[in-house]
Amino acid sequence: MSTLDRFEIHEHDVLVIGAGGAGLRAAIEASASGASVGLVCKSLLGKAHTVMAEGGVAAAVANVDKQDNWQTHYKDTIKGGKFLNNWRMAQLHAQESPERVLELERWGALFDRTQDGKILQRPFGGHSYKRLCHVGDRTGLEMIRTLQDRGVHLGINVYMECTITKLLKDDGKISGAFGYWRENGRFVIFKAKSIILATGGVGKAYKVTSNSWEYTADGQVLAYHAGAEFLDTEFIQFHPTGMIWPPGVIGILVTEAVRGEGGILTNREGFRFMQKYDPERMELSTRDVVARAIYTENKEGRGTPHGGAFLDISHKGADYIKKKLPSMYHQFKELADVDITTGPMEVGPTCHYSMGGLRVDAETTSTSVPGLFACGEVAAGLHGANRLGGNSLSDLLVFGRRAGVHAAEYSKKNSTLRKINEQDLQQAEKEMTRFFENEGENPYMVHQDLQELMHNYVGIFRTEDDLKYAIENLKKLKDRAKTVKIDGSRMYNPGWHMAYDLQSMILYSEAIAKCAIQRKESRGAHSRIDYPNTDPECGKWNSIVKKSSDGEMIVEKMQLTEMPQDLKKLFEEKELIKK
Amino acid sequence: MTSCTLKKEERSEHYCESHSSMKIATFKVFRGDINGGAEVEYKVPVEEGMVVLDAIHYVQKNISPDLAVRWNCKAAKCGSCSAEVNGKPRLMCKSRLDDFDLSKEIRVYPMKSFPVIKDLACDVSWNFEVNKKIAPFTPKPDTDWKMSQRDIDRVQEFRKCIECFACQNVCHVIREHDLKPKFAGPRFFVRVAGLEMHPLDTADRLEALKDDMGIGFCNITKCCTEVCPEDIHITDNAIIPLKERVVDRFYDPLKMFFRKIWGK
Ligand SMILES: Cc1cc2nc3c(=O)[nH]c(=O)nc-3n(C[C@H](O)[C@H](O)[C@H](O)COP(=O)(O)OP(=O)(O)OC[C@H]3O[C@@H](n4cnc5c(N)ncnc54)[C@H](O)[C@@H]3O)c2cc1C
Ligand code: SF4
Ligand code: SF4
Ligand code: FES
Repeated sequence: MSTLDRFEIHEHDVLVIGAGGAGLRAAIEASASGASVGLVCKSLLGKAHTVMAEGGVAAAVANVDKQDNWQTHYKDTIKGGKFLNNWRMAQLHAQESPERVLELERWGALFDRTQDGKILQRPFGGHSYKRLCHVGDRTGLEMIRTLQDRGVHLGINVYMECTITKLLKDDGKISGAFGYWRENGRFVIFKAKSIILATGGVGKAYKVTSNSWEYTADGQVLAYHAGAEFLDTEFIQFHPTGMIWPPGVIGILVTEAVRGEGGILTNREGFRFMQKYDPERMELSTRDVVARAIYTENKEGRGTPHGGAFLDISHKGADYIKKKLPSMYHQFKELADVDITTGPMEVGPTCHYSMGGLRVDAETTSTSVPGLFACGEVAAGLHGANRLGGNSLSDLLVFGRRAGVHAAEYSKKNSTLRKINEQDLQQAEKEMTRFFENEGENPYMVHQDLQELMHNYVGIFRTEDDLKYAIENLKKLKDRAKTVKIDGSRMYNPGWHMAYDLQSMILYSEAIAKCAIQRKESRGAHSRIDYPNTDPECGKWNSIVKKSSDGEMIVEKMQLTEMPQDLKKLFEEKELIKK
Repeated sequence: MTSCTLKKEERSEHYCESHSSMKIATFKVFRGDINGGAEVEYKVPVEEGMVVLDAIHYVQKNISPDLAVRWNCKAAKCGSCSAEVNGKPRLMCKSRLDDFDLSKEIRVYPMKSFPVIKDLACDVSWNFEVNKKIAPFTPKPDTDWKMSQRDIDRVQEFRKCIECFACQNVCHVIREHDLKPKFAGPRFFVRVAGLEMHPLDTADRLEALKDDMGIGFCNITKCCTEVCPEDIHITDNAIIPLKERVVDRFYDPLKMFFRKIWGK
């Protein structure tokens, strides 16, 4: 009997790993073009991060501010990203997002309306015009439900609560994926002609985070081991407004829509401190600026009782708040005993989004591994050094669709399923079962130490010494993670799942720290205390991370591709020089 | 526990230290699978503002890493963490410990109407099967996609559903009578209401509601509405209007006559 016969096997033209907005949009597109599509996710369908998105999806449909257009959206995205963005991705994103949002509406999504019956848009940080199409503060729910319903009716095969732990290749090309069912811990193999990774971010490596247990850099690391490259991993977005009190809710997001709707930030002295940091845009400055401002106010002793800032929207009146920010109202009322219609919230920075991730081709979303595509938060390039709010949901739609188109096309061209290598399977199996033979510690303890380390040494503000310290300690954590001990069976065993997740989180954390050392300047979400200025020379390259043939992590610089003249013309001379 | 994002040495003590009272809560959590199980007692230190899900996470981290539980958002947005806390279906991430009498034990069980997988995770896959059978959104062919906020307000209420399945769990038609194959349950009446009342939808789901989804089994007890964490008025706003439409269509001869003349 060959090794293969021992496993449950499924076959698809296109396998999509991840069922958030990006994965669902990709699956819909691939399926619509006639491919047989499998969609795998770690949670139940509809529970991915996308469901939590609140404030809105950015698209220049110009329903509210007629002057808006793709060019302005493009400019805002590039300026927000401090010119490190892949210009072509930013262009495609700005051009295609209006159509993608309207398409959602045609599939049944119900956005809030303007007086004349069109999709309503709200202002958000870094966007020149009112641009975020939204549904109160539950835009992600609307989006994921719409996509989910569209997807199931197209006949996509959904494999819920299934975690992929290895990508399989044959002759250098993608041939499938290996994973386990959460329910019973059995292993499963997916044979596929192409694979789309849409697995999201890495926030669970940090102590204070708005991210769920799913955000453990799985997709990034799966692809890394398969030969793909990371791009710009040093850029981790700290959202300026997370909840900070009581302890149980620390890190939970307070949507930027609060500021979009007119929320005001003050320090303990009642001073509207954004006047100091960005007098022009104030609360609607970009996230990197606002997060650093709150941090600095605290460091200089002007923080609020629990170490943050006050955010007040109560002047808008109870009715308005309950209509436009209903879940924020409930969240504070129920979890913090604060009535935001009568008083301020207390907020502080929380790890939120990863701008870095897999390097992909702008047009097709393909990685450097033939047959492997990536879209959504797991991919990098669009957001540069800092993402604007609302640009993620639009990213998912635009590049999700593109991934679907191109993966399906690739599968058509490479029309036979490739071989699954028996040795790879044995190794994949061993990597998962070995934990039961270990004698080390509880995986949750290693996770806790990782979160502390990343929070304290690779957080909002960085220094060379801290980063070196982090890298040293990540090595130790890596060794500890290898020996963690798992009790119980393979049946729905979160400890076992954590043991695997740790390996990915630690590897990716190492990439974050190493790129952070390499970038000796401050830019966007990457702030170095020892290099506080933006260095134009550093604006000429992106960070690249890859695995050498002997398994070592290589960190390099890659020349940025020059923006074409017609796009350059959109910027003023001084903006281009400042970069 | 401290909250702010400053490093330890950067914090002035005054601001960040909380005074966690060392109160202890006693939890009795169901541990087991489809073949049976038993309550296991866990003592958990109580922190200010703590919710039941925090306590379960505490157990996972410090006592039993193999305790199975579902969660994602920890903010009542994803509907993953439903369980029965002291016999009531609730989102664990929204159940504050201060709402309980901590001198007594808090019992945490998986939802009863679905087969247990392990511990607090149960098999809710049936719900996803029901959803597949509902006719999808079918817009008018030549619409300009203009809708007034007033017309979509009530539909937006239905679209708030986070699929926690608490309503499915508590509905006696499913819970006591297990009419699952014949009865879609309140969650899916909410979903159908969202489609039927969409100003631009044209599909007709009334026959399916009557025959395949068994809306007639619902006797308007409102138990579903009571447990909905999203405060959707499931019975009044979704089920009753749908029932009326079904009655009008299939049981009211006069309306049937006019419908023949005027169409839908
Ligand atoms: C609270 C919150 C609010 C936000 N609000 C906004 C907003 O208003 N506007 C905006 O633009 N952005 C917002 N964002 C960001 C945005 O929601 C996310 O970046 C986006 O949803 C990510 O989508 P995705 O499809 O890439 O990944 P996700 O939606 O996270 O989906 C990832 C999927 O991959 C699966 N997966 C992961 N690893 C594996 C594996 N190993 N095997 C199998 N499956 C796997 C997961 O199960 C999941 O299905 C917000 C984020 C948060 C946390
Ligand atoms: S009102 Fe109807 S659907 Fe709701 S719980 Fe009662 S019987 Fe079930
Ligand atoms: S209708 Fe309410 S109770 Fe039912 S699944 Fe939806 S959110 Fe949960
Ligand atoms: S964890 Fe999302 S609803 Fe409780």
